[in-house]
Amino acid sequence: MIDTLVVIGTDGLIYAAWLFLIALGLSLIYGVLRVLNIAHGSFYALGAYAAASLIGLYGRRDLWPYGVYLMIPLAALAVGVVVGPLVERGILRWMYPREPVYQLLATYALFLIFEDLTKLVWGVDPIYAYAPYTLLGEVSIGDITYPWYSLLLVGTAAVVGILVSVFIRRTRTGRIIVAMIEDPEMSMALGIDVPRMSVLAFSIGTVLAGLGGAMTAPMIAVMPGMGAEVIVLAFAVVVLGGLGSLEGAAVGALLIGLLRAATVHLFPVLELFVIYLVMALVLILRPRGLWGRVEVRRL
Amino acid sequence: MKPRAVLIGVLSFVGLGAVGFVLPRWTVFLFSLALARGLAALSVALLMRAGLVSFGQSLFFATGAYTAAFMVRLLGVREAGLLLVGAVIVSMTVAALTGLWIARYREIFFAMLSLAFTMILYGWLLKAYWITGGTDGLRIPPPTVLGTAWSVDTLRSVLYEATLVCTAVALVLIHLFLDSPLGYALRAVRDNEVRLEYLGSSVWQVVYWAYVLAAGLAGLGGVLTALNVGHVDPQLAYWTTAGEFVFITLLGGTESVLAPLIGAVVFEFLRTYALKYAPYTWQMALGGMMLLLILFMPRGLWTLRYLRFRKAVS
Amino acid sequence: MTVVLETEGLTRRFGQVVAAEDLAVQVREGEQVGIVGPNGAGKTTFLNLVTGYIPPERGTIRFMGRDITGLHPRTITRLGIARTFQIPQLYSNLTVLENMLLAWAAREGRMMDPWWPLRRTAWVEPAMDLLARFGLADDADRPTYTLPEGKRKLLDVALALALRPRLLLMDEPTSGVSVREKFPLMDTLMEILLPAGVTVLFVEHDMDVVLRYAQRVLVFQGGRVVADGDPQAVLSEVLAAPSKTK
Repeated sequence: MIDTLVVIGTDGLIYAAWLFLIALGLSLIYGVLRVLNIAHGSFYALGAYAAASLIGLYGRRDLWPYGVYLMIPLAALAVGVVVGPLVERGILRWMYPREPVYQLLATYALFLIFEDLTKLVWGVDPIYAYAPYTLLGEVSIGDITYPWYSLLLVGTAAVVGILVSVFIRRTRTGRIIVAMIEDPEMSMALGIDVPRMSVLAFSIGTVLAGLGGAMTAPMIAVMPGMGAEVIVLAFAVVVLGGLGSLEGAAVGALLIGLLRAATVHLFPVLELFVIYLVMALVLILRPRGLWGRVEVRRL
Repeated sequence: MKPRAVLIGVLSFVGLGAVGFVLPRWTVFLFSLALARGLAALSVALLMRAGLVSFGQSLFFATGAYTAAFMVRLLGVREAGLLLVGAVIVSMTVAALTGLWIARYREIFFAMLSLAFTMILYGWLLKAYWITGGTDGLRIPPPTVLGTAWSVDTLRSVLYEATLVCTAVALVLIHLFLDSPLGYALRAVRDNEVRLEYLGSSVWQVVYWAYVLAAGLAGLGGVLTALNVGHVDPQLAYWTTAGEFVFITLLGGTESVLAPLIGAVVFEFLRTYALKYAPYTWQMALGGMMLLLILFMPRGLWTLRYLRFRKAVS
Repeated sequence: MTVVLETEGLTRRFGQVVAAEDLAVQVREGEQVGIVGPNGAGKTTFLNLVTGYIPPERGTIRFMGRDITGLHPRTITRLGIARTFQIPQLYSNLTVLENMLLAWAAREGRMMDPWWPLRRTAWVEPAMDLLARFGLADDADRPTYTLPEGKRKLLDVALALALRPRLLLMDEPTSGVSVREKFPLMDTLMEILLPAGVTVLFVEHDMDVVLRYAQRVLVFQGGRVVADGDPQAVLSEVLAAPSKTK
């Protein structure tokens, strides 16, 4: 019994770390831009593909083997720096004055475009990039062995969480972003350079999604369709925690991670839909999430 | 309705009906699929009148399709008419339940909750394989239509005609609905919920009944697809299927009940050719088209109808 | 005379701001009551409380002797309280006539009818009559977003009046209307409202409007009623002590 609990705890934590990276970016983008970005799943997929390519390239040269880990943040940064500003400045900014419905549809259109873009560039066959995963070997916790890489994922998520939290609370730019999340109209009036902040926040969100994908690449077969799957999970996490909240993304990811691990080990049949069930329940019971606020329309 | 519009409607119905016996079989099949998809898109369009985007109409599409499969396999029903009625009733019943919660939500919350509901069904279809056949889905043996077991060759055309009749009936009903007080109230929800409440009406009820009606349409589209294809699988419930309906709606527009159908026909043929000649870029083309539509033609292809008049004026 | 509306101890705060404190207001049948006061005095909050848009923290609201505290706006509307808004709340993508027909459907309790057309003759004729009395008949087929503000205000009232309310609450009927149009607009409204026997409670910034069209005036300040009585007397008293109001 205790063993099962430990396994569920560790598995849940690993899964949560992965979810947190992706959901954090989604939540940040929603908070600042008020756009629920369906294309976030594509950024995740792009990160994974970029990482897989870079890892493959690196592996073919006879270089210091541990340098391969640098490829992961490099891939994430590349995705964020190139795709983020391009999408935000090129397309999304034309959507801000439109109804939220159209914003949602526009990100869905982007999702479709990126889906094929990855197929064009990387083909439809699965790509494997196991090097970073196998290089570290395994570690025993109790009776169970875990790959060190999984623990690296947890560590990365924790570090990213702390970095983002410090950035938001301690730096000027970070505080401006918080102000925009809390009161978009007021921040306009205060003379904040909204376009600059929008592109910055969007790009940070994109880097986070890319990092989520890049960290995942060594653990799975990278192939088409991975973006469609992950975006729904990320929705579930941010819905649970409350859109636009850092703590919310962390708590949401932990809850969903543990929940999934528990069902996988205890009721494997429920695995797929229990997450969506919880998402639906949270939307029904607390539509603004566990951390959300309610807005009232003025007459 | 203007007499001219009625005439055009009747003529195109008869024309499309006649075509079913003339065109090559695969074209007839494509038309059937397009009409069925068009019904699902019409259900998205109905909700869009209230400003609601559903990324979960696949829930009812799949419910309709699987209901037919279960009726055939578990209850031994063979008659297409019964399957249609059963599928629509079950879809609307599901909506009557999920609607109790979803009717409170708007904007992204409506979109996400509808998505969550359809993913729950998807998860169940995938996992309860001893009932649902899992990823492989279920085969539906050829149904009887009007009590007759048709030969394989004629069945294709007969099903097409049946699909056409169902679509026509649904279109007329929805057209009447949109002219009714409830139909107008639906547009009023998008414009101003506060005023609707201050007229003493319940916005919740308006959205709820529209949602249930839309579910019936999507369910009808689902069962028609299932009968024409002869097979159902969990992909029918996946959120990207619902996304396709949203796309078709955007392509056609929401101003007329015909627009989503036209969108569906265009979409179906685009897709067939694109999958053949540009399998890796067709979604990209769709996405690009969607962005252009949103930016320059938010009312869909239906806008093209006005071009003629504008030219005549200038 | 029958008391149409009566509130007791009505209290509501928003954080530190006291929007309503211990409000005791009585309105009798057939009265035209003006509400004046500086910004943030709780005038609109009072309308929101009475119509159920905001629930009160304490206190009761009675309409025709019936306790309506905590009821939903639509229930209160059905009981016979209609309201208009500072910014007209219209269906801006529908035409003027369609707006009016929706109000008519609501009045007949047929809003949920999914079958028979909204444009039925039995409704179109009286709806057009009512529009004509507001001078809106020629605009019947215009989408409301194309209307000038004065006409939007009139339509806002016309929609409320289509419900045949016993009590009509109006939030700043003349705001957003040019100085020249103010009196004609109020004349039009009162010519229709008074013969219909509707009790009227209206919030107004413009003292001239209050003096001319109200029989009684309530002065709000800091969520309280600080004066109540004949407009002439009350306003001269308030104007003599300018520190109290703006």
